[in-house]
Amino acid sequence: MDNNIQIIKNLSIGFKSQKGNQISILRNISTNIKKGETIGIVGESGSGKSTLALAMMGYIKNGLFTIEGECLFESSNLLNMSSRDLEKIRGRKIAMIPQNAGQALTPNLKIGYQIEEALRLHTNLSKIEREDKISELLNKVRLPSPKIMALRYPHELSGGQQQRVAVAMALAGNPELLLLDEPTTGLDVTTQAHVLELLKDIAKDTGTSMVYVSHDLGAIAQVCDRVIVMYAGEIVLEGPVRKILKEPIHPYTYGLLKSIPKLSLSGLPDSMPGSQPQPGYVGEGCAFYDRCDFSDDKCKVNVPKLEYISDIDTSVRCFNHSDLTSKNNEQKTNNPSNKEIKIDEILNLKGVSISYAKQGIIDQFLNKVTDTNPTVKDINININKGETIALVGESGSGKSTILKSIAGLLKTKDGNITFDKEKVLSGNLKERSSEDLRSIQLIFQNPDESLNPNHTVEQILSQPLKLYFGLTGTKLKSIIIELLEKVRLGAFYMSRYPRQLSGGEKQRIAVARAFAAKPDIILCDEVTSALDVSVQAAVLDLLQKLKEESGTTYIFVSHDLAVVKAISDRVAVLYQGRLCEIGPSKNVYQFPSHPYTEVLIGAVLEPDPDIKPKLVAEDIVEEKPPETGCCFQGRCPKILGDKCKNETPPWQIGENGNAIRCHINIKDLKRQQVL
Amino acid sequence: MFFLIFKRFILGLITLFIVSLITFVGVEILPGDACTSYLEREAFGVALEACIKRLGLDVPAHERYLSWAYNVIQGDFGYSLSGQMQINEVLGPRIKNSMVLASAAIIIGIPLALILGIITALWRDRMPDIIISTIAIFSMTIPEFISSTLLILIVAIWLEWLPGIVIVPTDVTFLELLPNIILPVIAIAMIMTAHMARMVRSSVIQVMASDYIQMAILKGVPYWRMVFKHVLPNALLPAINVVALTIAWLLGGVVVTEVVFNYPGLGRLVIESISNRDLPVVQALGIILASIYVSINFIADLLTLMLNPRLRTLQTRK
Amino acid sequence: MENNKNTFEEKPKSSLTKVLEILSTMASKPSGFIGLVILIFHVILAVTSPWFAPYDYKSINPTLMLQAPSLEYWFGTDSLGRDVFTRTILGGRTALTVTFFGSIIALLWGGLLGIFCGLVGGRIDDIVMRIVDAFLSIPWILAMLLIVSLLGTSTEVLIPALGFFYGKGIVRVARAATHDVIAKDFIVSAKARGHSNFSIIWNEILPNVRDAILVEGAMRWSWMLLGFSSLSFLGFGVSPPTPDWGLMISNARGLMSFAWWAVISPIVGLSTLIIGINLTADAFAKALGIDRSTKAPV
Repeated sequence: MDNNIQIIKNLSIGFKSQKGNQISILRNISTNIKKGETIGIVGESGSGKSTLALAMMGYIKNGLFTIEGECLFESSNLLNMSSRDLEKIRGRKIAMIPQNAGQALTPNLKIGYQIEEALRLHTNLSKIEREDKISELLNKVRLPSPKIMALRYPHELSGGQQQRVAVAMALAGNPELLLLDEPTTGLDVTTQAHVLELLKDIAKDTGTSMVYVSHDLGAIAQVCDRVIVMYAGEIVLEGPVRKILKEPIHPYTYGLLKSIPKLSLSGLPDSMPGSQPQPGYVGEGCAFYDRCDFSDDKCKVNVPKLEYISDIDTSVRCFNHSDLTSKNNEQKTNNPSNKEIKIDEILNLKGVSISYAKQGIIDQFLNKVTDTNPTVKDINININKGETIALVGESGSGKSTILKSIAGLLKTKDGNITFDKEKVLSGNLKERSSEDLRSIQLIFQNPDESLNPNHTVEQILSQPLKLYFGLTGTKLKSIIIELLEKVRLGAFYMSRYPRQLSGGEKQRIAVARAFAAKPDIILCDEVTSALDVSVQAAVLDLLQKLKEESGTTYIFVSHDLAVVKAISDRVAVLYQGRLCEIGPSKNVYQFPSHPYTEVLIGAVLEPDPDIKPKLVAEDIVEEKPPETGCCFQGRCPKILGDKCKNETPPWQIGENGNAIRCHINIKDLKRQQVL
Repeated sequence: MFFLIFKRFILGLITLFIVSLITFVGVEILPGDACTSYLEREAFGVALEACIKRLGLDVPAHERYLSWAYNVIQGDFGYSLSGQMQINEVLGPRIKNSMVLASAAIIIGIPLALILGIITALWRDRMPDIIISTIAIFSMTIPEFISSTLLILIVAIWLEWLPGIVIVPTDVTFLELLPNIILPVIAIAMIMTAHMARMVRSSVIQVMASDYIQMAILKGVPYWRMVFKHVLPNALLPAINVVALTIAWLLGGVVVTEVVFNYPGLGRLVIESISNRDLPVVQALGIILASIYVSINFIADLLTLMLNPRLRTLQTRK
Repeated sequence: MENNKNTFEEKPKSSLTKVLEILSTMASKPSGFIGLVILIFHVILAVTSPWFAPYDYKSINPTLMLQAPSLEYWFGTDSLGRDVFTRTILGGRTALTVTFFGSIIALLWGGLLGIFCGLVGGRIDDIVMRIVDAFLSIPWILAMLLIVSLLGTSTEVLIPALGFFYGKGIVRVARAATHDVIAKDFIVSAKARGHSNFSIIWNEILPNVRDAILVEGAMRWSWMLLGFSSLSFLGFGVSPPTPDWGLMISNARGLMSFAWWAVISPIVGLSTLIIGINLTADAFAKALGIDRSTKAPV
């Protein structure tokens, strides 16, 4: 084993399908993990990366079995060990930090108890020593007030805090190898950045080896020394992180990197067609063949082997990798239509406040409004025809709430939403005319839930057509086919059910359904967040093309700043339901003026190991917006003092066209810019 | 938290109130009244008038309801036509006997159900599970009167180990009652245990498949420690509700069983009073049984509240 | 064109093929297969038995009382000299008819009320559920017996009464299923588009709750059969001389020690039918992918 802490030899894992076929999830995986290094395993859903991570602990899910190969740790095969022996290794020599810590902590046990359990099982400390160690561990993961924290139950903690507890629990046994399964997925942007920095520091301090499994190349770039890229259950590329992320020589990785929106580049990225084959659907020849720009006939029939190239210390599974070596890695971007957006207002939000608080009976009777601290307060936005305006913020920013009230699903407490310069839109769906309802359409985040599982695609698409245009019969069918072709799906999709479609295909159907109504405005609520990385670019591309054809206005809500930058003309930054900054997206990103915008942009993880995030503010989760003064007073690194706590900050217009709300003079902000 | 308890308590009272209305109104709506039903062909003349006076039927319905409800709260359930005595006196020994039966069934049934449920879940789809689950399914699907009858047939008649039918009078000492309750208890407990064991089984299976159990395994927690500290507390919490529901079922199931075994309890009283058209007793039984059901539910709610950390702390962060 | 190699190949199906597919999935497992066989056997028996019953079920023959099974009387005779075999094969007819129609009534009223409560939510939902709970807390036997004793035991009374009491469980399931569906985005999407409430209920909600409700209805059928036979056993179900298993067991059990045949055959008939319905309902649930494991039994 010498310098290696784990050796994986020719590992294949799979299951028996209902029909009795053997289906592989992992195919011939061979790799080594050296002591003290951090390896990243990158792949999209269906690539098998989670199965590989679990196999590295000797854990195989129910229903799966080892087809061949071994996983050697300290010269023994983990996959053959008895549960007794495995119990001695798990938690002590190899520890796992799970994906969704909230679900992974036992709900009925206090977190201090769960950490103590790890200590009791894996160390020889006495009771008092254990108590001290718990505080030490909680401090190490930068959780405040360890003694109090230890008495809390998992559900009392925020997502970021739960994740840190999971890290503390994993470190309790002083493991030699840490496995992290998407540990920052689902966390806020700023929380992610903080947790990653913590992990980096821990790796440096303790010399623990780490295996970091993720689909997020930005996170991988920050933490890992080496990267393994997985596709359809195989390793397709492996090498040092810089080589892999800056000069990828496998067509999949190349295409993947190209398709990720980046802050450092403008416009929409190129997308890769198609999607990853699911287990059991891999044909003969290279698994990536039908999506590959660099393939030729031999790739169709022959499976390439993993080849090691010593001068770049990289292994690659491709016949034509040398073509990529010489390829210019300059990311091509489709230039955004630089046409100026005409000032032609189509939607106006004036003084909009929205509250979730229920009125007490007496107040309802008196028709009084009681909530002085509403969820969303005082939103003023003008939206022009044909533009894409993005609402950006972390969870709790109110961006989805605003979208819902524009759609008529939520009443506004104060203020007006005016459509087309004259019509005030009611917060009540029933009071809106059919025309108004038609002109504003919604696309949702989760394609699994936004399509009726019992309807065929044809039925789904015919709904808006029947409702708004009264179409029937052959005319209806022909329009449906037109719509399907517009979103680049064939007519044969009509009879399919949602469960037969991939995530990207379902989202396209949702897009088609929105466009079927020929709306003026489409509200996009995190529409790419639930999709695989390589599919996101395709959907964004589709949205952009459709917009260019029809001149639709988009209101695009997202927490992903890079996606927002790629697709939007203007950006509004929200914190705790209040507007912080609004302006042309180029300017907001290049010259962030509001302190919160600086925090957000600084925390973005680029898939480039040389670009490091800047952690400007603390990672605190606030439950409620403050009653008076600036919304960001709780976390602002530039806070002036009482002024910020008591007075509502004024609007200032910067020279680049950004409007910000801050007490600090905008010229001073520019000088103080940390970025 | 105390507010929650108080809220539940009030809701329980409201339910009881609605039940009392239903029992009262139900009896009113159905054809005939307490007296004509009871006296049937003799419902005329002096006998009828005396009956009406006795039961207060000459008073309008809502007044009657109020006075009845008032009495019930104080523990006076009225007058039994067939027994010619205060209902309370009739109820006393009957309740005692049924309580003995029910308590025995519960004391045996619940622990047994828990153990069987856990065993069948942990050894899922293997021999212990297959055997126990098949027996459980049979017990659940066969009606109580059949299983009771079969028990009598096999144990009392063919094997002659225990008496089949209970022939002791209503008020009898506990010791005399004992040999007579063994078969009925087995009959009831069999079905109760089967239901509960199945529920416990699926609850445990569900918990075993959860993310936090996978995490506990990956943390290196030994199997049995994981079962007792991580699995059971979370699996058994929802089982409290099931236990409550099953006990509620018991209230109904005991009727048939008592008839089969001729056991002098509340259940047999139900049949008797209905056969005799003794409506005041029927009303009284309705409200009593409902109160027991509501109380059990309340206790179950209470237990769930106290044992569920989520509900206890009432603070959930994102 | 989007790469469609990875999407599954399925063609649109007609309703008949869907039903047949469900049936074949049910029959593929041993328990489902046994259940279906038993159920179909009983249904056929119930429908055809009048035609091949060897004797008249109500002809009383004092001289032939309590004869053991013989070649002439395959299952022997009962205390009134009636042929037990005839009465056994006829014994399920009333039970099946009453409980089948009762189940349909239970499904209808339970499903509709449950969906209504799930949709309307809020105060009204609370109030209605509290009233349903109150009804649930009165032991059904007490209420059924009372109704039957005052209104009689004709099928016109039994079917609605049984349907009413057994619908309560369906209300819960329908309500829970509706709650699940309502939170989903495709309902929000339909609302935001401005579809009428009726169209949303009919097109979006109903197809997605239908399966859960049907499965619960199937289970209720077996409980209802159990309940109905208990009623007959107590003498409050069918009236003599109608052959009914519950009633037959009640009549024969006093004589169990020396005329076991009169009590065993109805027991076998009733037990097998209930088990058959149970197994079928379970297989039905599995075939539709509905997880019933966490639901309460009654």
